[in-house]
Amino acid sequence: MKLFRAHVLICGGAGCISSGCHAVKEEFIRELQAHGLDDEIQLIETGCVGSCDLGPIVIVYPEGVFYQHVTPGDVQEIVSEHLLKGRYVKKKMYRHPSSGEPVVSSREMDFFRHQTRIALRNLGLIDPESIEEYIARDGYFALGKVLNGMTPEEVIQEIKDSGLRGRGGAGFPTGLKWEFTRKAGGARACGEKYVVCNADEGDPGAFMDRSILEGDPHSIIEAMAIAAYAIGAGQGYIYVRAEYPLAVARMKQAITKAREYGLLGKNIMGTGFSFDLEIRVGAGAFVCGEETALIASIEGKRGEPRMKPPFPATAGLWGKPTLINNVETFANIPVIILKGARWFSRIGTEKSKGTKGFAIAGNINNTGLVEVPMGTTLRKIIFDLGGGIPNGKRFKAAQTGGPSGGCLTEKDLDTPVDYESLQAAGSMMGSGGLIVMDEDTCMVDVARFFLEFTQDESCGKCVPCRIGTKHMLEILTRITEGKGQEGDLETLEELAEVIASSSLCGLGQTAPNPVLSTLRNFRDEYEAHIKEKKCPAGVCTALKRYEIIPDLCKGCGLCARVCPVQAIDGVPREPYRIDQEICSKCGLCLSKCPFKAIVTK
Amino acid sequence: MAASSCRAASGGCAGKYRKLDEILQKYKGVPGALIPVLHQAQLLFGYLPHDVQVRIAEELDLPLSEVYGVSSFYSFFSLKPRGKYTVSVCMGTACYVKGAPALLEKIKETLRIEDGETTEDGLFTLDTTRCVGACGLAPVLTIGDDVYGRLTPEKVPEILERYRR
Repeated sequence: MKLFRAHVLICGGAGCISSGCHAVKEEFIRELQAHGLDDEIQLIETGCVGSCDLGPIVIVYPEGVFYQHVTPGDVQEIVSEHLLKGRYVKKKMYRHPSSGEPVVSSREMDFFRHQTRIALRNLGLIDPESIEEYIARDGYFALGKVLNGMTPEEVIQEIKDSGLRGRGGAGFPTGLKWEFTRKAGGARACGEKYVVCNADEGDPGAFMDRSILEGDPHSIIEAMAIAAYAIGAGQGYIYVRAEYPLAVARMKQAITKAREYGLLGKNIMGTGFSFDLEIRVGAGAFVCGEETALIASIEGKRGEPRMKPPFPATAGLWGKPTLINNVETFANIPVIILKGARWFSRIGTEKSKGTKGFAIAGNINNTGLVEVPMGTTLRKIIFDLGGGIPNGKRFKAAQTGGPSGGCLTEKDLDTPVDYESLQAAGSMMGSGGLIVMDEDTCMVDVARFFLEFTQDESCGKCVPCRIGTKHMLEILTRITEGKGQEGDLETLEELAEVIASSSLCGLGQTAPNPVLSTLRNFRDEYEAHIKEKKCPAGVCTALKRYEIIPDLCKGCGLCARVCPVQAIDGVPREPYRIDQEICSKCGLCLSKCPFKAIVTK
Repeated sequence: MAASSCRAASGGCAGKYRKLDEILQKYKGVPGALIPVLHQAQLLFGYLPHDVQVRIAEELDLPLSEVYGVSSFYSFFSLKPRGKYTVSVCMGTACYVKGAPALLEKIKETLRIEDGETTEDGLFTLDTTRCVGACGLAPVLTIGDDVYGRLTPEKVPEILERYRR
C-alpha cells in the first residue's frame, strides 16, 4: 500500500456539496499536481463531517487542522503554505468562539469534543466509495467474527445484552425484535425471511440516516448481513427515499463492491452463508416510514399501513417473517459485535444505552450532525455543541421527534435526552431531528405547520386521521388568521384525543402531538391570537399591525405613494396615518420608509 | 393510441416506447416491480402519460386501476407533463423556521405560477418538497439536481435567470 505524508480530507456531505466543495476539490487536484505533491499527499472526499454551516470544510491530517468556508481561491495558499512549507493558513482556520484564537486540531473544537461517535464513526474520515478504507477501519470484521464462531442465538443474545433500542423513534429493543423474527414460523429454511433497512427518513429536519448512507454505506451492508445470519434470512432490501439520490448511488456502488469482494452473494467468506441485497427507492410518501406501509410499498402497492398485529416479525414482506430496522440502529451493530455488549451498555443511561445521533438545525449557531451519549442534556447539545442561539436572541423551544413529537422549553433544558425522559417531558426521541426555535417563532404557526404536514401526508385510509387532522388544521389556520373563536382550544384538545386513540397507524396516532405540546407550554400564545387578535412573535401576517411612529415620521409621503391599497393618508410634513381597515399587511411601506418610522406590532 | 403522449416531442417517441418495453421485459415476474418500473418510465417520458400506464399494466399483468392507484398515491410520480427544470422549495421544519414561505412567495411572483404549476414556456415547474436533508443550509431550494442554500428572497430572480440562458 502506498504511504502518504499528509491527507487532505474534503467533506462531501450534502451541506458541503451545496456550499460548493466540488469546485474546491478540483482546485486541490490541480494545485497538488502543479506542485508535484500528488504522490505525497492524498486527497479524499469524505462523508458528512457534521458541522454543515462551516462548509466547505477541509481537514488536513496528521495534525487535523480544520479549515472552514474554503473557496477555490483559498486552495493555492493552503497547498503552498501548509502542505509545502508546514505553515498553517490561520485566516481560514476555525477560531475558538470566545478567545478568537485559531484551533489547531478539530478534535479540540467544542462541536466535536463533546461527541461520542459510534454510528457515525467513519463519517468524515473515510472515502465512502472505497471498500478498502472501510475494511481498514475494522469493517466487515464483525461479519467475519459472527460467521466464523458465533451461533445465530449468540448474536441475538449479544444484541439483547447491549440494550440497543430502535433509533427510528419508537425505541423498541432491537435484540427482542431479532429474536421474534428468528423464532417466527418455526425453523424455516433460509430465504423465506427478509431483512429490511428502513431508510425512509421522512421527518423534516432529520438527516442522520442520509449522512450514514452517503458517508458509510458499507456499515449498513455489514450490519444487515449480520442480522440476516441471526434471523435466518437470505434476502434484504434497503428502502431509501427518492429525495436522497446520492445515498441511492453510494449504496448501489457499495453493494456492487461488496459482491465483488465476496461479502454479499452466495457463500460469503466461504462459510456457506448466502445473503444478497436490493435497493428499493421510495416515491415521496412520508407514511412509508411506517413499517407496514413500507412493506406494502416494497411489494409495489400504495403505501398504506395495515392493522398490527400481526407484526412484520411474523407476517411481513410477502407474508413472510421480516426484520425491519432503521439505518442508525444498523450502524451500531458491527461495533457492538466487535467491542461487545458490555462495552456498549456502559454508555448511556439505565434504560437507554449507547449514543444518539441528532441533526441540529433551525435558529442555532452550529447547525449540523452530532452523536452524543444517551442522557446528555438538551442544554449541553444546544449551548455547548450547538453554540447557542444566533443574533443574541432568546431560546424559545426545541422541537424533537418531527411531526410526531413535541416542543420542549426552557424548563426542559436540563432533561437528559433518552427515550423515557423525553416522553415524560411531552415530546419524544423520534429519529433525531432537533430544531431549535428562537423568540421570533410563533408556536401556533409551528403547530399549524406540522398539522399541514401530517394532513398532507395522511394516506387517507382511516377516518380519524384523514378527516380529524383536516379539521384540526382548519381550526389552527383560522386562529393564525385572527378568526379564532372561544372554545377552539377545547375542540382542538377533544379532536386530538380522538385522533390519537383511534387512528390506524403511528402517523395518525402521533399527529396531534405538536398541537398538544404547544398548547401545554404556550397556551397564552394561542389565547393572544384568539382573544386579543395578536401574534406575540409577530409572525402571523393577518395579525400584524403596521403603525407609523409620529415622532419619527417626517411626513415625506413616500409610504402613501407606494401603498398599493391606498391605506395611508396624511398631510405633507405632518405625521401620516395607516388605516388598519384597508391595510393589506404587505409591508411595502415599512421597507421603503427612509426614517424607519414604520413598525409592526 | 400509444403515440398521443409523445406527439409534442420531436421524434424519439417510438424509441422511448421501445426502451419502455426493454424495461418491462427486465422486470417481468419480479415481485414488487411496479414502483421501480414507474420510476424508470417517468425518467424516460418526464411524467407518466395514460398510454404508458396502460402499457405497464398490460405487460406486468396488473389491473390499470392498480397502476393508476399507485401512480397517483406517491407524490414523486407526475401524471402531468412537467417543465424542463423542477424548482422545489424545501418546506422542512428548519427551512420553514428560517423563512422558506417568503422564498416560495418570491418564486411564485417571479415565475407567475402557483405551487404545482408549470410556466407557459415549459421551462419551470414549481413544487414544494419535504425536507431534502440539507437543514444546515436552511432555507434551501433545489432546481433539478442543483441545491441552493442560505437563501433570501432577493437572491431568487438571479438564480432562476441562470436557467433561462
